Amino acid sequence: MRPLALASGLIALGAAAAAQDLPVLTIYTYDSFVPDWGPGPAIEANFEETCGCDLQWVAAGDGAALLSRLRLEGERTEADIVLGLDTSLTAAAKETGLFAPHGIDPSGLSLPVAWEDETFLPYDWGYFAFVHRTDLENVPGSFEELAASDVSIVIQDPRSSTPGLGLLMWVEAAYGDGADAIWQGLSDNIVTVTPGWSEAYDLFLSGEADMVLSYTTSPAYHLIAEEDDGFASAAFSEGHYLQVEVAGMVAGTDQPELAREFLEFMLTPGFQDVIPTTNWMYPAAGGELPDGFDTLTVPETALLFPADEAAGRREEAIATWAGALSR
Amino acid sequence: MGRRPQPIARAGPGLAATGLVLGLTLLPLVAVALAAEAPGRLGPPDVAAIRFTLVQAAISAGVSCVLAIPVAQALARRRFFGRQALVTLMGAPFILPVIVAVFGILAVFGRAGIASDMLAAIGLPRLDIFGLSGVVLAHVFLNLPLAVRFLLAGWQRIPAERLRLAASLGFGPAEMRRHFHLPLLREVLPGTFAAIFLICTTSFAVALILGGGPRATTVELAIYQAFRFDFDLGRAALLGLTQVLICAVAGIAVLRFALPRDLGAGLDRVPPDWPGLGRAAGIADRAVIALAGAFLLIPILLVALRGVTEIVGLPASVWAAALRSILLALASTALAIALALSIAALPRELNGGAGIAAFLGIAVSPLVIGTGLFILLRPFASPEALALPVTGTVNAIVALPFILRGLGPALDAARATQGRLAEALGLSRWQTWRLAYLPRLARPLGFGAGLAAALSMGDLGVIALFSVSGNATLPLEMYRLMGSYRTEDAAGAALLLMALSLLLFWIFDAWGRRNDRA
Repeated sequence: MRPLALASGLIALGAAAAAQDLPVLTIYTYDSFVPDWGPGPAIEANFEETCGCDLQWVAAGDGAALLSRLRLEGERTEADIVLGLDTSLTAAAKETGLFAPHGIDPSGLSLPVAWEDETFLPYDWGYFAFVHRTDLENVPGSFEELAASDVSIVIQDPRSSTPGLGLLMWVEAAYGDGADAIWQGLSDNIVTVTPGWSEAYDLFLSGEADMVLSYTTSPAYHLIAEEDDGFASAAFSEGHYLQVEVAGMVAGTDQPELAREFLEFMLTPGFQDVIPTTNWMYPAAGGELPDGFDTLTVPETALLFPADEAAGRREEAIATWAGALSR
Repeated sequence: MGRRPQPIARAGPGLAATGLVLGLTLLPLVAVALAAEAPGRLGPPDVAAIRFTLVQAAISAGVSCVLAIPVAQALARRRFFGRQALVTLMGAPFILPVIVAVFGILAVFGRAGIASDMLAAIGLPRLDIFGLSGVVLAHVFLNLPLAVRFLLAGWQRIPAERLRLAASLGFGPAEMRRHFHLPLLREVLPGTFAAIFLICTTSFAVALILGGGPRATTVELAIYQAFRFDFDLGRAALLGLTQVLICAVAGIAVLRFALPRDLGAGLDRVPPDWPGLGRAAGIADRAVIALAGAFLLIPILLVALRGVTEIVGLPASVWAAALRSILLALASTALAIALALSIAALPRELNGGAGIAAFLGIAVSPLVIGTGLFILLRPFASPEALALPVTGTVNAIVALPFILRGLGPALDAARATQGRLAEALGLSRWQTWRLAYLPRLARPLGFGAGLAAALSMGDLGVIALFSVSGNATLPLEMYRLMGSYRTEDAAGAALLLMALSLLLFWIFDAWGRRNDRA
């Protein structure tokens, strides 16, 4: 057992180095937020310049894992803020009763839809879209065209992935009762369904499918980070469903003032300017976008169910989806 | 006058080890069930998921075992330059992180894979493996190496004296089959089948990605959904219980069908050439080795090629994670070996049950184990501090059944030969272990330690559930790269992970074989 003790000793050492006498703000977030190349480190540095505090990220899987982590911990959670839920999860998150109102005026937000949620505050957003290489011919302009075409797609499973659930809501929002027919039409286009976004995107990049469910902002990564302008997203005439990523303050926090200060900071350039080229989403409170974002497809219509409706439709939509694709 | 045979070891450590395994697999399940707000209920989709899980696991395990027979036979009968390196490399798929293996498979058999490219070049349609066939293909790719190694170890336990006797009696292929091959298969295959079957029952990413959609829903996905989106702990616990039942049935079946080894004792002489072989058998063996080698190695080669240009430019955090993973793997290996030795040394009447219990580590969902341990340990320590110790311990439990499968038969054989001698010489228990048993266990111990280290290295394990910001392991870091568009860096990390896993495996395995003469 000695090596194990050694391993835990190493962890303790790391924790001790970070601990000073500053108040600690603990933020739970998803995994891809915290690495060196993610938004976490820059945001942490910017906030710590002014807050006189120690911001600590705790990464817990993806957005859905984040919520179940919080539910497991309940009121004993050490989180002061949870950052990284999206609108398909906020209804369930609110139901836990673990969140306090953010108390911040949302008028500075630049979302394509009005924002009225008093518990959760957006920090970034994006349109779901099918991303393809620019050499793809006959790019479909709607779900119906896609279903009629032989363009192959790879999507994520709505039972394990938030983008997968987003696609489900997109089809629901665009077609309502006709969703079943759309899914049946799409079933021969779907190469496969992956557990999460990463696997789907990797399959697409390896050439297993013509298109992948991702975001209209995905081509910006290739353009800016890889200087490759060979990617685009297909504009669908039904409109595009939104993913709005939000943060909320935990009601039982022992740092309520610091937590609110962070939420206010979240809508300022110190946070917002980091987002486009690290999280590859649109910042929720305006600001100048980096060069390259002007080349992206901007959908004419934004679709989004209110959080309660999204939660209410989920179970039936999953059953419809599974039924149509199992036939 | 009739002194009772000295027991091989005290039962205490073995029982404690078994208790630890049971505790680490069943207690989390109970904890999840108790944390549930309402009792769980399984709906028709869950029943369908259980059925699909069993069917694909049975087919995958069956195909892996059947294909392993000619491959192991060919490798056992042939001596050629580079044989040992080939045997080691062919073990690689088993220790690959699943997601890396999937991409390796697709690089060959996918729509854009090289096999499809070749078909397309001669005007044939591209392959479409998504569906049950893809799931089975990937599971066979991942598990065939394990089956081959278990069978090969069985061949190598045949005493040289027996083979000399067979040769001098002029045994032909038919006699060899009846007296050597079939008893060997009967001894090794049931346990091998069960191990692979159970691995495949907790399949998640393979079944989903290659299964092509909701038709290929497994129990593991249902558990994932229950935890993540429904937060239905009762249902998750019930599904976890289903996995325990499947494991128990499989374990009992192994005990019923497997024949104890009865190949006799020997003096560790160098084996002679295999008796009763003709020219046709020689050609067939070479063809089998070439085919299996291509099937197992080409996907790995493609994964390596994809990552090789990226490996130098990997972010510093990846290298730090690699070092952390190596330390974690070594700690996990030490624990796994200690547990395995304790359990293997149990008296025969306890050994079977303990062996089944050890299977639980691969049969119960890592998500259930991780979440349950989280619930149990959260009141006592911060998850951050627990992340690496818990991950290392769970990884050790996962490796345990594989170590035991090699160790058990070897220890039985040692008992049957050197044990008697040691007893006659009146050696103490410690002397018996040091002088008589451990030298004969070197090979399975080295192999088992190599497996444990490589599995721990490559497996994501439960670390993601325990929130680590600065303390990520290499597999977690690889997933993070994949999750932020950095596919090329992820390919580099995958190669690093694969190379380190294989290196750890090779070091331990080579240590175990250092006294081999063939």
